[in-house]
Amino acid sequence: MKQTQGNNGNKKFGMVINLDLCTGCGSCMVACMAENNVPFKEDETDKLDSITWMRVYKLKNGKSWPNADICYLPRPCMHCGGHGDHGHSPCVSVCPAVATDYSMATGIVSQIYTRCFGCRYCMAACPYHVRYFNWWDPVWPEGMERFLNPDVSVRMRGVVEKCSFCFHRYQLAMNKAFLEGRRVLEEDEYQSACTQACPAGAITFGDLNNPEHAVHQLVQPDPKHAGRPRNPKAFRLLERLETNPKVYYVSSRKWVRQSGDNYLKKEKQKI
Amino acid sequence: MSASEEQNSPEAEAPDEEEMDVETSEPIEPLKPEEGKNGAGATIFLFFILGFAASLIVGWVVFPKLLYSKKIQPINFNHALHVAEAAEGCESCHYFREDGSFSGVPTISHCIECHENVNGEDPEEKKFVREYVEAGKEVPWLIYAKQPASVFFSHAAHVITAKMECVACHGPIGESTETRIYEENRLTGYSRDIWGKNISGIKQHSWERMKMDDCADCHMQKATSEKESGVQQSLTRQLREMVSVAFPNVMEVKKGSSVQTEKDACFVCHK
Repeated sequence: MKQTQGNNGNKKFGMVINLDLCTGCGSCMVACMAENNVPFKEDETDKLDSITWMRVYKLKNGKSWPNADICYLPRPCMHCGGHGDHGHSPCVSVCPAVATDYSMATGIVSQIYTRCFGCRYCMAACPYHVRYFNWWDPVWPEGMERFLNPDVSVRMRGVVEKCSFCFHRYQLAMNKAFLEGRRVLEEDEYQSACTQACPAGAITFGDLNNPEHAVHQLVQPDPKHAGRPRNPKAFRLLERLETNPKVYYVSSRKWVRQSGDNYLKKEKQKI
Repeated sequence: MSASEEQNSPEAEAPDEEEMDVETSEPIEPLKPEEGKNGAGATIFLFFILGFAASLIVGWVVFPKLLYSKKIQPINFNHALHVAEAAEGCESCHYFREDGSFSGVPTISHCIECHENVNGEDPEEKKFVREYVEAGKEVPWLIYAKQPASVFFSHAAHVITAKMECVACHGPIGESTETRIYEENRLTGYSRDIWGKNISGIKQHSWERMKMDDCADCHMQKATSEKESGVQQSLTRQLREMVSVAFPNVMEVKKGSSVQTEKDACFVCHK
């Protein structure tokens, strides 16, 4: 079976984030932590130790008033398809434990906590810093363990975790589809928690292989160039690394698009 | 001068020691071997057999007894009686919810539909109605098939899409007239049904063990039997795989969605 550009009935779930709409409110971060049982500590002042599957970054254009501009950039796992979309994303190719894996059927980079032994190669390999290490066992405030999501397993000390595109929601949606005798999901049946939580509607989620899905229409991925967006206002983070991420950003502001990668002056003109 | 003297002296002493050894050991050696070697060999062999037998007994009999605590279900439930009375067989109590999830062990609200009052003469039913129905308390059933939190199992995919019988994984539990003793692993807290009763790991029926390998066993068989049939399937599959490894261009074996293992991706059954 040739698995060149995804299709053959395979899905390629991806996300489009409109940075012009994002207000930086952080609802996506909160929704993500609640949905995925992400542990937190009493003292979260050391941000290097904080686990945030979805993290909102603040970008500045570096100019003084009246030209100063700010952009908030939510960053989930990019679920890289790797060079040529063969599924050899940076983290998957270095994992010695087969604890992280790329699924050709969904395009999702999985993290199996019970297989991970915490070598953190994947954290070193990931150019987007989406992976986090559990330095401690999670401790929930008293009574909170009763409000954990039963569909997501809680991680122990010593393993790496990251955004899963709320894969458990896909599993549950497929459950319902099986019960109804279907094998295909509707677009709205599988949506990530951050997508649904965003009050500005900045996040769109769906199948990049399906031309009927909003994500496909928004960025028009080019299958000949590993899904590079044909929409001139869309871009991906660190495009030149050819990690082939499945998270696209849309912005009408040139400086925002230019800050997506360390472009040379010559290259910057084209963006 | 002093260095040469020091070097010479050990060389001079060494031959003396060798000579001494030869002289003293020579007269003793011919006496011992015939008596000593046979006697010692037999004792060593005897001790080996004794030790081997003891470790086998400890490992195969004593340790499992220590490892598993025996618990009795709160109510001695008669499956056969209920299946005979219930209109829809297993599904009368173990049904699918509308969202595709599986109800598993029924809650007290479901039992009340028939057992609001004591229906028969059975003392177990009286105990059930008094202690749980009248008190409005859930029965703390011990669940033989309970899987770890990191496992996602879709009943809908197996029962509805693949049309499998309940017996395939749960055994003829519907024919039982009383509840079995629940053996709980003292270290992990899981039921012995998951690990399997047979210490040598041989299983005669598909329902005797419910570890990940057992899922894989069945799925591997299914993957081959879709195209081939009969006893030859595993052999032909092995041959095909060997050929495909040796000559990758000649024959292609259908691969799973996982990039790491080329089987089904981990996120199918993990969460």
